[in-house]
Amino acid sequence: MFAIIKRELLSYFSSAVGYVVLFIFFLFSGFYFYATCLMANSADMSYVFSNLFTVLIFLVPIVTMRLMSEEKKQKTDQLLFTSPVSLTSIVLGKYLSAMLVVSICCSVVLVYITIVSFFTVPNFGNLLGNIFGVFLFTGAFIAVGLFLSSITENQIIAAISTFTVGVFVLLLDTIAKSIPLASLSKALLAFSFMQRYSDFTSGILSLENVLFFVSFIFVFLFLTVRLLAKRK
Amino acid sequence: MIEVKKISKTYGSKKAVTEVSFSVKQGEILGFLGVNGAGKSTTLNMITGYVCPSSGDVVVDGDSVIEDPLKAKKKIGYLPELPSLYLDMTVLSYLKFCCDIKKVKLKNKLDYINDVCKKLDILDVQKRIIKNLSKGYKQRVGLAAALLGEPRVIVLDEPSVGLDPRQVVEMRALIKELGKKHTVILSSHILSEVQEICSRILIINNGVIVADESTENVVQKLSSKGQISLKVEGPNEKVSNLLESVEGICEVTTKGNAGENIFEYNLSFGNLPELQVRKNIFFALSKNRFPLLEICASDSSLESLFLMLTSNAPKGRAQR
Repeated sequence: MFAIIKRELLSYFSSAVGYVVLFIFFLFSGFYFYATCLMANSADMSYVFSNLFTVLIFLVPIVTMRLMSEEKKQKTDQLLFTSPVSLTSIVLGKYLSAMLVVSICCSVVLVYITIVSFFTVPNFGNLLGNIFGVFLFTGAFIAVGLFLSSITENQIIAAISTFTVGVFVLLLDTIAKSIPLASLSKALLAFSFMQRYSDFTSGILSLENVLFFVSFIFVFLFLTVRLLAKRK
Repeated sequence: MIEVKKISKTYGSKKAVTEVSFSVKQGEILGFLGVNGAGKSTTLNMITGYVCPSSGDVVVDGDSVIEDPLKAKKKIGYLPELPSLYLDMTVLSYLKFCCDIKKVKLKNKLDYINDVCKKLDILDVQKRIIKNLSKGYKQRVGLAAALLGEPRVIVLDEPSVGLDPRQVVEMRALIKELGKKHTVILSSHILSEVQEICSRILIINNGVIVADESTENVVQKLSSKGQISLKVEGPNEKVSNLLESVEGICEVTTKGNAGENIFEYNLSFGNLPELQVRKNIFFALSKNRFPLLEICASDSSLESLFLMLTSNAPKGRAQR
């Protein structure tokens, strides 16, 4: 598994993908930090974190699109699947490498926190909740992206389908609220990423929300392993 | 060393491989022959665990590829038809990665990788990006990856495809050398290659094993009977009957239709010299006014070998 993580990280940063993702993330998160904290003279970084939700919906598909699809297209999956490595290790290795790339992106938040701490004492409990929320949301979204990447050989299709899922997740609250049938609306809202993520950005650390994201990650990683096993 | 037990693979309603069984002993080099689409790669993919058989099992040195895949895969080195190479990596980093996923536990991995590279003559390209290497070097890097971890069985799927003549000779010499230490399964559609390297030949056609013979037997069969190809204009049945009656002809096989009322035939002849047989054929056909459009000695091609071996094979095995 560690060999696969290492190889994936090398692949991200030996091509432009890793650097483009970092650049876009730093640019937009920097802009939100400047606009909502520095310009507004505010130490409340919740706005920065809530806006990261949108940025990640654009970036995660770029990170996950090639994870499995490229292996299949280049036939390098033959090396992985004929080596003494389990499918679970392969999927986990790919997943963790994508998580590491996004974590490197998110580490810039520590710089923002340091800047804020020059002016005032930040609410560290709130910040920790926010960071935790970002990781759980990103983890769930990457698991979906990895699953979609294992369905197709085409990176573009993998990216577009992951992005579509992201937009759907973003609009789910609005869609649910516009449905007149209360039970269906409630059922849809139960799957709302936005609502649960907002809870984290408001500093609410709910076990239910944590379990929701963790289960989501588990289900999609499991589906990816099963899909690869079935394809053999 | 390796035992293939009635493996089959079905894609939808199409049967790619049907109940293939064979075993390979330690130190044996097995040639796996078949035309494109015969089921060679599917069979090799099942042996190496890349594809799961629909039924049957493969046992490598006591470990089943189905029940204990991790143990079994550790004993197999595989070079696919298109080597599985990460083109963005350098040769050295790729081989290090292969060592890691093959769980090679050595104190000095770098020395070990250098030894393998030396054996395959790729030491001087270790620091180059794989993308920029020639086809021959890429094939060697793929083979180096297959050798890492000292697998007992090495499976090579058409290793000389796309190589220039010099590289082909080098690759064949290398495989012969490997055969001294490892059990090798070599897939190819080039008969001369298999003849040169392998001690045993296994032929697959339409997903079914049609022949399993020692190379010596195959060569003997090929040399004991002369082969002539003909193209004749005239009704197939009449021409076939006529050819069978020609002195010296042992066997007549219709290869196929080559135009309107034109058929191609394969003839095998026994004791008479080839020149005499050719003359007999010419006079017999001209006497009956069947125009002889083409006559040539068949080479010992895979096709003629197929025709010869399948015509002798038991019906249950050769026909589906």
